[in-house]
Amino acid sequence: MNKQDILNNTPMFTGMSQDKLAAIGKRMFEKSLDRDDVILNEGTTSDALYFVAEGVVKISKTSSEGKEQILKLMRPGDFFNDVPVLDNGAAPANAQAMSYVLLYGISKYDLEIMLKQYPEISVNMLRMMAKRTRYLISLVEDLSFRNVTSRVAKILLENTSHGNQPVHHLTQRDMAAMAGTAREVASRSLKHLESRGLISIENHRITIKNKTALMQMVES
Amino acid sequence: MAIPQIALTKCTGCGLCVAVCLKHGLEIVDNKVFFIGGDECNWCGMCEAVCENGAISCPYEIVVEEST
Repeated sequence: MNKQDILNNTPMFTGMSQDKLAAIGKRMFEKSLDRDDVILNEGTTSDALYFVAEGVVKISKTSSEGKEQILKLMRPGDFFNDVPVLDNGAAPANAQAMSYVLLYGISKYDLEIMLKQYPEISVNMLRMMAKRTRYLISLVEDLSFRNVTSRVAKILLENTSHGNQPVHHLTQRDMAAMAGTAREVASRSLKHLESRGLISIENHRITIKNKTALMQMVES
Repeated sequence: MAIPQIALTKCTGCGLCVAVCLKHGLEIVDNKVFFIGGDECNWCGMCEAVCENGAISCPYEIVVEEST
């Protein structure tokens, strides 16, 4: 994607004339990063909104034990760092390049001018923030009220290979769909089961190390 | 060695999976992704995670340890 693609295809700029898009484009700056470069550190301040034009940006949180939880992967067309830019607070998560990344940024100062000058952007941004809020509510629901880990445990028990009997191998995406959750949450559940010593994950094989404990988890 | 599974009909050739693969195991040829080996795939699953079309996947075989 180039700058024009971002302007034409990002929901934030939907419904705007080419003249207005060109004016916005002039306020955008370019930033390129190599794989593993850190764009934002959780807790620090940053005063720009970023659009991904090329590559993938990982948005993650780090626990006090140093474990990383990926919250979202940002692909071309996605934007991030909207929350700190709008509420003047610190970055709520880390952002790191997973490949070569090309970003287009709008400074907080310019964004505030644009929001006042072009109300369409404010309306579009509210819609997008509402969509994200819905996603976060469902994530909170998954993590707080539903025991996704026991669902994943059940899925593992029901899909084991027995001798020559062919069993459909499952991806993390499959497990997430079967558990009715996001891939990131299913991945977190697998890591949780592994850290408790109930399973081990080695390349393409998941080995159930303690079937009894896993069954108890499903039944509880 | 197990390799990621690719559904060519779903691949749009965007190349995000190639970009995130730390093992240099993927390549876009004629707008489609192919597994080319590279360093040995460690099944990190990032290619699967970045693909919005579900064109590449890293399935797991699930086995029970005999002693359990």
